[in-house]
Amino acid sequence: MYDFEYHKPGSLADAVKLLSADPDARPISGGQTLLPALKHRLNKPTSVVDLSGIAELRGIKREGNKLVIGALAKHVEVATSPEVKAAIPALAQMAGTIGDTQVRNRGTIGGSVANNDPAADYPSAVLGLNATIVTDKRRIAADDFFQGMFTTALEPGELLVAIEFPIPEKAGYAKMRNPASRYVMAGAFVAKTGGAVRVAINGAGPGVFRQTEMEKALTANWSPDAVAGVKQDADGLNSDIHGSAEYRAHLVTVMAKRAVANAG
Amino acid sequence: MPQVTLTVNGKTSTVDVEGRTLLVELLREKLRLTGTHVGCDTSQCGACVVHVDGESVKACTILALQANGSQVTTIEGLAKPDGTLHPMQEAFREYHALQCGFCTPGMVMSAIDLVQKHPDGMSEKEIREGLEGNLCRCTGYHNIVKAIAAAQEVMHGRAQSLAPAAE
Ligand SMILES: Cc1cc2nc3c(=O)[nH]c(=O)nc-3n(C[C@H](O)[C@H](O)[C@H](O)COP(=O)(O)OP(=O)(O)OC[C@H]3O[C@@H](n4cnc5c(N)ncnc54)[C@H](O)[C@@H]3O)c2cc1C
Ligand code: FES
Ligand code: FES
Repeated sequence: MYDFEYHKPGSLADAVKLLSADPDARPISGGQTLLPALKHRLNKPTSVVDLSGIAELRGIKREGNKLVIGALAKHVEVATSPEVKAAIPALAQMAGTIGDTQVRNRGTIGGSVANNDPAADYPSAVLGLNATIVTDKRRIAADDFFQGMFTTALEPGELLVAIEFPIPEKAGYAKMRNPASRYVMAGAFVAKTGGAVRVAINGAGPGVFRQTEMEKALTANWSPDAVAGVKQDADGLNSDIHGSAEYRAHLVTVMAKRAVANAG
Repeated sequence: MPQVTLTVNGKTSTVDVEGRTLLVELLREKLRLTGTHVGCDTSQCGACVVHVDGESVKACTILALQANGSQVTTIEGLAKPDGTLHPMQEAFREYHALQCGFCTPGMVMSAIDLVQKHPDGMSEKEIREGLEGNLCRCTGYHNIVKAIAAAQEVMHGRAQSLAPAAE
Protein backbone atom coordinates (compact mmCIF):
# COMPACT_ATOMS: atom_id res chain seq x y z
CA MET A 1 0.00 0.00 0.00
CA TYR A 2 1.30 3.48 -0.83
CA ASP A 3 1.21 5.92 2.06
CA PHE A 4 -1.47 8.59 2.33
CA GLU A 5 -2.67 11.23 4.75
CA TYR A 6 -5.54 10.33 7.03
CA HIS A 7 -8.35 12.70 7.99
CA LYS A 8 -11.32 12.11 10.23
CA PRO A 9 -13.80 14.97 9.83
CA GLY A 10 -16.58 15.39 12.39
CA SER A 11 -19.25 16.67 10.02
CA LEU A 12 -20.53 16.09 6.51
CA ALA A 13 -19.63 19.65 5.54
CA ASP A 14 -16.01 19.14 6.64
CA ALA A 15 -15.78 15.84 4.75
CA VAL A 16 -17.11 17.44 1.58
CA LYS A 17 -14.62 20.29 2.00
CA LEU A 18 -11.69 17.87 2.32
CA LEU A 19 -12.80 15.84 -0.68
CA SER A 20 -13.46 18.81 -2.94
CA ALA A 21 -10.13 20.42 -2.04
CA ASP A 22 -8.23 17.37 -3.29
CA PRO A 23 -9.36 15.33 -6.32
CA ASP A 24 -7.08 12.46 -5.23
CA ALA A 25 -8.65 12.12 -1.78
CA ARG A 26 -10.87 9.08 -1.20
CA PRO A 27 -13.58 8.49 1.39
CA ILE A 28 -13.35 5.38 3.58
CA SER A 29 -16.24 3.84 5.52
CA GLY A 30 -15.70 0.22 6.59
CA GLY A 31 -12.61 -0.16 4.42
CA GLN A 32 -13.54 -3.76 3.54
CA THR A 33 -13.30 -2.96 -0.16
CA LEU A 34 -11.05 0.08 -0.22
CA LEU A 35 -8.19 -1.34 1.88
CA PRO A 36 -7.86 -4.57 -0.16
CA ALA A 37 -7.89 -2.42 -3.32
CA LEU A 38 -5.20 -0.10 -1.94
CA LYS A 39 -3.05 -3.11 -0.99
CA HIS A 40 -3.22 -4.15 -4.63
CA ARG A 41 -2.09 -0.63 -5.50
CA LEU A 42 -5.18 -0.32 -7.68
CA ASN A 43 -5.24 3.36 -6.85
CA LYS A 44 -3.06 5.84 -5.07
CA PRO A 45 -5.02 8.38 -3.04
CA THR A 46 -3.12 11.31 -1.55
CA SER A 47 -5.43 11.20 1.42
CA VAL A 48 -8.14 9.04 2.92
CA VAL A 49 -11.14 10.71 4.55
CA ASP A 50 -12.64 8.53 7.30
CA LEU A 51 -16.41 9.05 7.35
CA SER A 52 -17.01 7.08 10.55
CA GLY A 53 -17.20 10.14 12.80
CA ILE A 54 -20.03 11.82 10.88
CA ALA A 55 -23.32 11.64 12.78
CA GLU A 56 -25.39 12.70 9.72
CA LEU A 57 -24.52 9.38 8.03
CA ARG A 58 -25.80 7.22 10.89
CA GLY A 59 -29.11 5.76 11.89
CA ILE A 60 -31.82 3.39 10.74
CA LYS A 61 -35.35 4.73 11.03
CA ARG A 62 -38.83 4.28 9.71
CA GLU A 63 -40.43 7.40 8.22
CA GLY A 64 -44.03 6.70 7.20
CA ASN A 65 -43.94 4.13 4.42
CA LYS A 66 -40.17 4.39 4.00
CA LEU A 67 -37.20 2.86 5.74
CA VAL A 68 -34.23 5.25 5.82
CA ILE A 69 -30.82 3.69 6.33
CA GLY A 70 -27.78 5.90 6.90
CA ALA A 71 -24.71 5.25 4.74
CA LEU A 72 -22.63 4.19 7.75
CA ALA A 73 -25.02 1.39 8.80
CA LYS A 74 -22.89 -1.72 9.06
CA HIS A 75 -24.06 -4.99 7.55
CA VAL A 76 -24.40 -6.44 11.05
CA GLU A 77 -26.59 -3.50 12.10
CA VAL A 78 -28.93 -3.92 9.12
CA ALA A 79 -29.07 -7.68 9.70
CA THR A 80 -30.07 -7.34 13.35
CA SER A 81 -32.08 -4.08 13.33
CA PRO A 82 -35.65 -4.58 14.64
CA GLU A 83 -36.84 -1.77 12.29
CA VAL A 84 -35.39 -3.48 9.22
CA LYS A 85 -36.60 -6.93 10.26
CA ALA A 86 -40.13 -5.60 10.75
CA ALA A 87 -40.32 -3.46 7.61
CA ILE A 88 -38.23 -5.36 5.02
CA PRO A 89 -37.19 -8.75 6.39
CA ALA A 90 -35.60 -9.72 3.05
CA LEU A 91 -33.15 -6.83 3.43
CA ALA A 92 -32.13 -7.89 6.94
CA GLN A 93 -31.73 -11.45 5.75
CA MET A 94 -29.56 -10.31 2.81
CA ALA A 95 -27.32 -8.20 5.06
CA GLY A 96 -26.77 -11.22 7.30
CA THR A 97 -25.28 -13.19 4.41
CA ILE A 98 -22.80 -10.60 3.13
CA GLY A 99 -19.22 -11.85 3.37
CA ASP A 100 -18.46 -13.17 6.84
CA THR A 101 -18.90 -12.10 10.46
CA GLN A 102 -15.86 -9.82 10.46
CA VAL A 103 -16.73 -8.20 7.13
CA ARG A 104 -20.23 -7.56 8.44
CA ASN A 105 -18.80 -6.00 11.59
CA ARG A 106 -17.01 -3.30 9.52
CA GLY A 107 -18.56 -3.07 6.04
CA THR A 108 -21.30 -0.49 5.45
CA ILE A 109 -24.30 -0.17 3.14
CA GLY A 110 -23.01 3.18 1.85
CA GLY A 111 -19.62 1.72 0.93
CA SER A 112 -21.17 -1.26 -0.79
CA VAL A 113 -23.69 0.74 -2.82
CA ALA A 114 -21.14 3.46 -3.75
CA ASN A 115 -18.73 0.75 -4.88
CA ASN A 116 -21.30 -1.09 -7.06
CA ASP A 117 -19.35 -4.33 -7.37
CA PRO A 118 -21.27 -6.48 -9.88
CA ALA A 119 -21.04 -9.38 -7.39
CA ALA A 120 -22.24 -7.35 -4.39
CA ASP A 121 -25.56 -8.03 -2.68
CA TYR A 122 -27.06 -4.66 -1.74
CA PRO A 123 -27.35 -3.18 -5.26
CA SER A 124 -30.08 -5.69 -6.15
CA ALA A 125 -32.10 -4.72 -3.07
CA VAL A 126 -31.70 -1.02 -3.86
CA LEU A 127 -32.81 -1.53 -7.47
CA GLY A 128 -35.47 -4.15 -6.70
CA LEU A 129 -37.07 -1.98 -4.00
CA ASN A 130 -36.87 1.15 -6.17
CA ALA A 131 -34.95 2.96 -3.44
CA THR A 132 -33.75 6.55 -3.56
CA ILE A 133 -30.09 7.37 -2.94
CA VAL A 134 -29.63 10.55 -0.94
CA THR A 135 -26.28 12.31 -1.35
CA ASP A 136 -24.84 15.52 0.08
CA LYS A 137 -26.10 17.27 -3.07
CA ARG A 138 -29.23 15.54 -4.40
CA ARG A 139 -31.58 12.57 -4.54
CA ILE A 140 -31.00 9.87 -7.17
CA ALA A 141 -33.47 7.15 -8.21
CA ALA A 142 -32.04 3.62 -8.16
CA ASP A 143 -32.77 3.25 -11.90
CA ASP A 144 -30.40 6.19 -12.59
CA PHE A 145 -27.81 5.37 -9.94
CA PHE A 146 -26.23 2.09 -11.07
CA GLN A 147 -24.31 2.53 -14.31
CA GLY A 148 -22.48 -0.75 -14.84
CA MET A 149 -19.39 -2.36 -13.34
CA PHE A 150 -18.07 -0.31 -10.38
CA THR A 151 -19.77 2.79 -11.84
CA THR A 152 -22.51 4.92 -10.30
CA ALA A 153 -24.08 8.34 -10.79
CA LEU A 154 -21.98 9.69 -7.89
CA GLU A 155 -19.69 12.50 -8.98
CA PRO A 156 -16.11 12.63 -7.70
CA GLY A 157 -16.24 13.77 -4.08
CA GLU A 158 -20.01 13.33 -3.81
CA LEU A 159 -21.00 11.40 -0.69
CA LEU A 160 -23.75 8.90 -0.22
CA VAL A 161 -25.65 10.01 2.89
CA ALA A 162 -28.58 7.60 3.17
CA ILE A 163 -30.79 5.22 1.23
CA GLU A 164 -34.58 5.47 1.38
CA PHE A 165 -36.36 2.18 0.81
CA PRO A 166 -40.11 2.21 0.12
CA ILE A 167 -41.65 -0.56 2.24
CA PRO A 168 -42.89 -3.38 -0.01
CA GLU A 169 -45.89 -5.70 0.39
CA LYS A 170 -43.60 -8.60 -0.43
CA ALA A 171 -39.89 -8.97 -1.06
CA GLY A 172 -37.47 -11.88 -1.35
CA TYR A 173 -33.85 -12.53 -2.23
CA ALA A 174 -31.91 -15.60 -3.30
CA LYS A 175 -28.33 -16.00 -4.46
CA MET A 176 -25.88 -18.65 -5.55
CA ARG A 177 -22.52 -18.04 -3.92
CA ASN A 178 -19.20 -18.80 -5.48
CA PRO A 179 -17.96 -21.72 -3.42
CA ALA A 180 -14.50 -20.19 -2.95
CA SER A 181 -14.88 -16.40 -2.77
CA ARG A 182 -18.48 -16.59 -1.48
CA TYR A 183 -19.38 -13.57 -3.62
CA VAL A 184 -22.56 -13.76 -5.70
CA MET A 185 -22.49 -15.78 -8.95
CA ALA A 186 -26.10 -14.83 -9.63
CA GLY A 187 -28.74 -13.35 -7.36
CA ALA A 188 -32.31 -12.13 -7.70
CA PHE A 189 -34.21 -9.64 -5.59
CA VAL A 190 -37.96 -9.59 -6.23
CA ALA A 191 -40.38 -7.10 -4.72
CA LYS A 192 -43.98 -5.97 -4.97
CA THR A 193 -44.34 -2.39 -3.79
CA GLY A 194 -47.60 -0.46 -4.10
CA GLY A 195 -48.75 -3.16 -6.52
CA ALA A 196 -45.72 -2.72 -8.83
CA VAL A 197 -43.36 -5.65 -9.31
CA ARG A 198 -39.60 -5.30 -9.77
CA VAL A 199 -36.96 -7.97 -10.32
CA ALA A 200 -33.29 -7.02 -9.95
CA ILE A 201 -30.48 -9.38 -10.92
CA ASN A 202 -26.99 -9.10 -9.43
CA GLY A 203 -23.81 -11.14 -9.92
CA ALA A 204 -24.71 -12.40 -13.37
CA GLY A 205 -23.96 -9.35 -15.49
CA PRO A 206 -21.39 -6.53 -15.50
CA GLY A 207 -23.78 -4.60 -13.27
CA VAL A 208 -27.09 -5.05 -11.50
CA PHE A 209 -30.04 -4.94 -13.94
CA ARG A 210 -33.83 -5.30 -14.05
CA GLN A 211 -35.34 -8.44 -15.56
CA THR A 212 -38.43 -6.90 -17.16
CA GLU A 213 -39.83 -10.13 -18.64
CA MET A 214 -39.90 -11.63 -15.16
CA GLU A 215 -41.52 -8.46 -13.86
CA LYS A 216 -44.34 -8.90 -16.39
CA ALA A 217 -44.74 -12.58 -15.57
CA LEU A 218 -44.93 -11.87 -11.84
CA THR A 219 -47.35 -8.98 -12.33
CA ALA A 220 -49.72 -11.40 -14.06
CA ASN A 221 -49.15 -14.18 -11.53
CA TRP A 222 -47.05 -13.81 -8.36
CA SER A 223 -45.66 -17.31 -8.01
CA PRO A 224 -42.35 -19.17 -8.49
CA ASP A 225 -43.93 -20.98 -11.44
CA ALA A 226 -44.52 -17.70 -13.23
CA VAL A 227 -40.77 -16.97 -13.51
CA ALA A 228 -39.78 -20.60 -14.09
CA GLY A 229 -40.69 -20.27 -17.76
CA VAL A 230 -38.74 -17.04 -18.34
CA LYS A 231 -35.29 -17.68 -19.81
CA GLN A 232 -32.55 -15.11 -19.26
CA ASP A 233 -30.55 -14.26 -22.41
CA ALA A 234 -26.88 -15.18 -21.86
CA ASP A 235 -25.69 -12.39 -24.17
CA GLY A 236 -23.66 -9.83 -22.24
CA LEU A 237 -23.55 -11.82 -18.99
CA ASN A 238 -20.25 -12.48 -17.22
CA SER A 239 -18.17 -15.43 -18.33
CA ASP A 240 -15.11 -16.36 -16.27
CA ILE A 241 -13.34 -19.28 -14.61
CA HIS A 242 -16.20 -19.51 -12.10
CA GLY A 243 -18.94 -20.02 -14.65
CA SER A 244 -19.96 -19.37 -18.24
CA ALA A 245 -22.55 -16.80 -19.29
CA GLU A 246 -24.91 -19.68 -20.15
CA TYR A 247 -24.55 -21.12 -16.65
CA ARG A 248 -25.21 -17.74 -15.08
CA ALA A 249 -28.24 -17.24 -17.34
CA HIS A 250 -29.62 -20.54 -16.10
CA LEU A 251 -28.93 -19.51 -12.48
CA VAL A 252 -30.88 -16.28 -12.95
CA THR A 253 -34.14 -18.17 -13.48
CA VAL A 254 -33.44 -20.55 -10.61
CA MET A 255 -32.59 -17.71 -8.22
CA ALA A 256 -35.66 -15.71 -9.29
CA LYS A 257 -37.87 -18.72 -8.54
CA ARG A 258 -36.29 -19.11 -5.11
CA ALA A 259 -36.55 -15.38 -4.42
CA VAL A 260 -40.30 -15.43 -5.11
CA ALA A 261 -40.67 -18.50 -2.89
CA ASN A 262 -38.69 -16.72 -0.14
CA ALA A 263 -40.93 -13.65 -0.47
CA GLY A 264 -43.99 -15.83 0.12
CA MET B 1 3.91 11.70 11.97
CA PRO B 2 0.37 10.79 13.04
CA GLN B 3 -0.13 9.14 16.41
CA VAL B 4 -2.55 6.51 17.58
CA THR B 5 -3.58 6.03 21.19
CA LEU B 6 -5.34 2.80 21.99
CA THR B 7 -5.79 0.39 24.85
CA VAL B 8 -4.60 -3.11 24.04
CA ASN B 9 -5.38 -5.85 26.56
CA GLY B 10 -5.94 -3.20 29.20
CA LYS B 11 -2.73 -1.28 28.59
CA THR B 12 -2.88 2.15 26.92
CA SER B 13 -0.16 3.02 24.41
CA THR B 14 0.53 5.92 22.11
CA VAL B 15 2.36 4.94 18.94
CA ASP B 16 3.69 6.81 15.88
CA VAL B 17 2.20 5.41 12.68
CA GLU B 18 1.91 6.19 8.98
CA GLY B 19 -1.47 6.81 7.37
CA ARG B 20 -1.25 3.38 5.77
CA THR B 21 -0.21 1.43 8.89
CA LEU B 22 -2.61 -1.44 9.49
CA LEU B 23 -3.82 -2.32 12.97
CA VAL B 24 -2.15 -5.73 12.63
CA GLU B 25 1.19 -4.04 11.85
CA LEU B 26 0.83 -1.82 14.89
CA LEU B 27 0.11 -4.84 17.09
CA ARG B 28 2.85 -7.08 15.74
CA GLU B 29 5.62 -4.64 14.87
CA LYS B 30 5.17 -1.75 17.28
CA LEU B 31 3.71 -3.50 20.31
CA ARG B 32 5.41 -6.85 19.63
CA LEU B 33 2.16 -8.75 20.17
CA THR B 34 2.91 -11.42 17.59
CA GLY B 35 0.13 -13.78 18.64
CA THR B 36 -2.08 -12.10 16.02
CA HIS B 37 -1.07 -13.67 12.72
CA VAL B 38 -1.12 -12.56 9.10
CA GLY B 39 -2.12 -15.43 6.85
CA CYS B 40 -3.32 -13.86 3.65
CA ASP B 41 -3.22 -10.07 4.03
CA THR B 42 -6.19 -10.06 1.61
CA SER B 43 -9.04 -10.10 4.17
CA GLN B 44 -9.92 -13.74 3.59
CA CYS B 45 -8.34 -16.05 6.16
CA GLY B 46 -9.14 -14.58 9.57
CA ALA B 47 -5.74 -15.40 11.13
CA CYS B 48 -5.53 -11.71 12.13
CA VAL B 49 -8.88 -11.43 13.96
CA VAL B 50 -8.85 -9.29 17.10
CA HIS B 51 -11.61 -7.51 19.01
CA VAL B 52 -12.00 -3.76 18.57
CA ASP B 53 -14.49 -2.33 21.05
CA GLY B 54 -15.92 -5.81 21.51
CA GLU B 55 -16.40 -6.63 17.81
CA SER B 56 -14.29 -9.20 15.97
CA VAL B 57 -12.52 -7.59 13.02
CA LYS B 58 -9.79 -8.55 10.59
CA ALA B 59 -6.82 -6.53 11.84
CA CYS B 60 -5.26 -6.64 8.35
CA THR B 61 -8.27 -4.70 7.01
CA ILE B 62 -8.46 -1.77 9.39
CA LEU B 63 -6.04 1.12 9.56
CA ALA B 64 -4.32 1.69 12.88
CA LEU B 65 -5.70 5.25 12.72
CA GLN B 66 -9.25 3.90 12.37
CA ALA B 67 -8.75 2.15 15.71
CA ASN B 68 -7.61 5.34 17.46
CA GLY B 69 -9.19 5.62 20.91
CA SER B 70 -10.52 2.08 20.91
CA GLN B 71 -10.22 -0.89 23.23
CA VAL B 72 -8.45 -3.79 21.53
CA THR B 73 -8.23 -7.37 22.77
CA THR B 74 -5.79 -9.81 21.22
CA ILE B 75 -5.11 -13.47 21.90
CA GLU B 76 -2.48 -12.39 24.46
CA GLY B 77 -5.19 -10.69 26.50
CA LEU B 78 -7.40 -13.73 27.12
CA ALA B 79 -5.64 -15.77 29.80
CA LYS B 80 -5.71 -14.58 33.42
CA PRO B 81 -2.46 -13.12 34.82
CA ASP B 82 -1.91 -16.40 36.72
CA GLY B 83 -1.94 -18.26 33.40
CA THR B 84 -5.45 -19.73 33.68
CA LEU B 85 -6.68 -20.08 30.14
CA HIS B 86 -9.91 -18.56 28.83
CA PRO B 87 -12.60 -21.28 28.49
CA MET B 88 -12.30 -21.03 24.71
CA GLN B 89 -8.54 -21.57 24.82
CA GLU B 90 -9.05 -24.46 27.22
CA ALA B 91 -11.63 -25.98 24.89
CA PHE B 92 -9.30 -25.72 21.87
CA ARG B 93 -6.70 -27.64 23.89
CA GLU B 94 -9.10 -30.25 25.25
CA TYR B 95 -10.74 -30.91 21.87
CA HIS B 96 -7.50 -30.93 19.88
CA ALA B 97 -8.88 -28.07 17.78
CA LEU B 98 -5.50 -27.19 16.34
CA GLN B 99 -2.65 -28.81 14.52
CA CYS B 100 -0.06 -26.30 13.25
CA GLY B 101 -1.77 -23.55 15.26
CA PHE B 102 -1.38 -20.82 12.67
CA CYS B 103 -5.10 -20.12 12.37
CA THR B 104 -5.76 -20.61 16.09
CA PRO B 105 -5.47 -17.07 17.48
CA GLY B 106 -7.94 -15.79 14.88
CA MET B 107 -10.23 -18.80 15.37
CA VAL B 108 -10.31 -18.28 19.14
CA MET B 109 -11.01 -14.54 18.83
CA SER B 110 -13.79 -15.12 16.26
CA ALA B 111 -15.24 -17.92 18.36
CA ILE B 112 -15.43 -15.79 21.50
CA ASP B 113 -17.24 -13.00 19.62
CA LEU B 114 -19.68 -15.55 18.16
CA VAL B 115 -20.47 -17.09 21.52
CA GLN B 116 -20.97 -13.66 23.09
CA LYS B 117 -23.39 -12.66 20.30
CA HIS B 118 -25.47 -15.83 20.76
CA PRO B 119 -26.54 -15.93 24.40
CA ASP B 120 -29.03 -18.71 23.63
CA GLY B 121 -26.31 -20.92 22.23
CA MET B 122 -25.49 -21.98 18.68
CA SER B 123 -26.20 -25.15 16.76
CA GLU B 124 -23.38 -26.88 14.93
CA LYS B 125 -24.61 -25.30 11.69
CA GLU B 126 -24.61 -21.81 13.21
CA ILE B 127 -21.07 -22.31 14.49
CA ARG B 128 -19.90 -23.40 11.04
CA GLU B 129 -21.59 -20.42 9.37
CA GLY B 130 -20.21 -18.07 12.00
CA LEU B 131 -16.67 -19.23 11.20
CA GLU B 132 -17.02 -18.41 7.53
CA GLY B 133 -14.28 -15.78 7.76
CA ASN B 134 -11.69 -18.12 9.31
CA LEU B 135 -9.74 -20.62 7.25
CA CYS B 136 -7.87 -23.61 8.67
CA ARG B 137 -5.59 -25.63 6.45
CA CYS B 138 -5.02 -28.48 8.89
CA THR B 139 -7.89 -29.62 11.05
CA GLY B 140 -10.84 -29.98 8.71
CA TYR B 141 -12.77 -27.85 11.24
CA HIS B 142 -14.58 -30.70 13.03
CA ASN B 143 -12.70 -30.36 16.30
CA ILE B 144 -12.84 -26.58 16.15
CA VAL B 145 -16.64 -26.76 15.96
CA LYS B 146 -16.75 -29.26 18.84
CA ALA B 147 -14.50 -27.05 20.97
CA ILE B 148 -16.72 -24.00 20.42
CA ALA B 149 -19.87 -26.01 21.17
CA ALA B 150 -18.34 -27.12 24.48
CA ALA B 151 -16.91 -23.70 25.37
CA GLN B 152 -20.22 -21.91 24.87
CA GLU B 153 -21.75 -23.97 27.67
CA VAL B 154 -19.06 -22.78 30.08
CA MET B 155 -19.09 -19.18 28.83
CA HIS B 156 -22.87 -18.95 29.24
CA GLY B 157 -22.69 -20.51 32.70
CA ARG B 158 -24.67 -23.58 31.71
CA ALA B 159 -21.78 -25.87 32.63
CA GLN B 160 -19.36 -25.49 35.54
CA SER B 161 -16.47 -26.96 33.62
CA LEU B 162 -15.66 -28.08 30.13
CA ALA B 163 -17.18 -31.36 29.00
CA PRO B 164 -14.27 -33.72 28.33
CA ALA B 165 -13.63 -34.66 24.71
CA ALA B 166 -14.54 -38.22 23.74
CA GLU B 167 -11.61 -40.67 23.87
C1 LIG C 1 -13.66 -11.36 2.50
C2 LIG C 1 -14.73 -10.42 1.98
C3 LIG C 1 -15.92 -10.96 1.52
C4 LIG C 1 -16.93 -10.13 1.05
N1 LIG C 1 -18.08 -10.70 0.61
C5 LIG C 1 -19.07 -9.90 0.15
C6 LIG C 1 -20.31 -10.46 -0.31
O1 LIG C 1 -20.53 -11.68 -0.26
N2 LIG C 1 -21.26 -9.61 -0.77
C7 LIG C 1 -21.06 -8.26 -0.80
O2 LIG C 1 -21.96 -7.53 -1.21
N3 LIG C 1 -19.91 -7.69 -0.38
C8 LIG C 1 -18.91 -8.49 0.08
N4 LIG C 1 -17.76 -7.90 0.52
C9 LIG C 1 -17.59 -6.43 0.43
C10 LIG C 1 -18.15 -5.76 1.69
O3 LIG C 1 -19.54 -5.88 1.69
C11 LIG C 1 -17.78 -4.29 1.81
O4 LIG C 1 -18.12 -3.94 3.12
C12 LIG C 1 -18.49 -3.30 0.95
O5 LIG C 1 -18.36 -3.63 -0.39
C13 LIG C 1 -17.89 -1.93 1.07
O6 LIG C 1 -18.29 -1.30 2.25
P1 LIG C 1 -17.23 -0.53 3.13
O7 LIG C 1 -17.98 0.25 4.13
O8 LIG C 1 -16.22 -1.48 3.65
O9 LIG C 1 -16.61 0.47 2.07
P2 LIG C 1 -15.13 1.03 1.86
O10 LIG C 1 -14.20 -0.07 1.56
O11 LIG C 1 -14.79 1.95 2.96
O12 LIG C 1 -15.39 1.88 0.54
C14 LIG C 1 -15.74 1.28 -0.68
C15 LIG C 1 -15.77 2.34 -1.80
O13 LIG C 1 -16.85 3.22 -1.62
C16 LIG C 1 -16.40 4.56 -1.38
N5 LIG C 1 -17.27 5.06 -0.30
C17 LIG C 1 -17.38 4.55 0.97
N6 LIG C 1 -18.35 5.19 1.65
C18 LIG C 1 -18.88 6.12 0.80
C19 LIG C 1 -19.93 7.10 0.91
N7 LIG C 1 -20.67 7.22 2.03
N8 LIG C 1 -20.19 7.89 -0.16
C20 LIG C 1 -19.47 7.75 -1.30
N9 LIG C 1 -18.48 6.86 -1.49
C21 LIG C 1 -18.18 6.05 -0.44
C22 LIG C 1 -14.94 4.43 -1.04
O14 LIG C 1 -14.19 5.57 -1.42
C23 LIG C 1 -14.54 3.21 -1.83
O15 LIG C 1 -14.29 3.55 -3.17
C24 LIG C 1 -16.72 -8.71 1.01
C25 LIG C 1 -15.52 -8.17 1.49
C26 LIG C 1 -14.52 -9.00 1.96
C27 LIG C 1 -13.25 -8.39 2.45
S1 FES D 1 -4.43 -11.92 7.38
FE1 FES D 1 -6.21 -10.78 7.76
S2 FES D 1 -7.73 -12.02 6.90
FE2 FES D 1 -5.93 -13.13 6.40
S1 FES E 1 -4.32 -25.62 12.70
FE1 FES E 1 -3.05 -25.26 10.98
S2 FES E 1 -4.19 -23.77 9.89
FE2 FES E 1 -5.56 -24.33 11.42
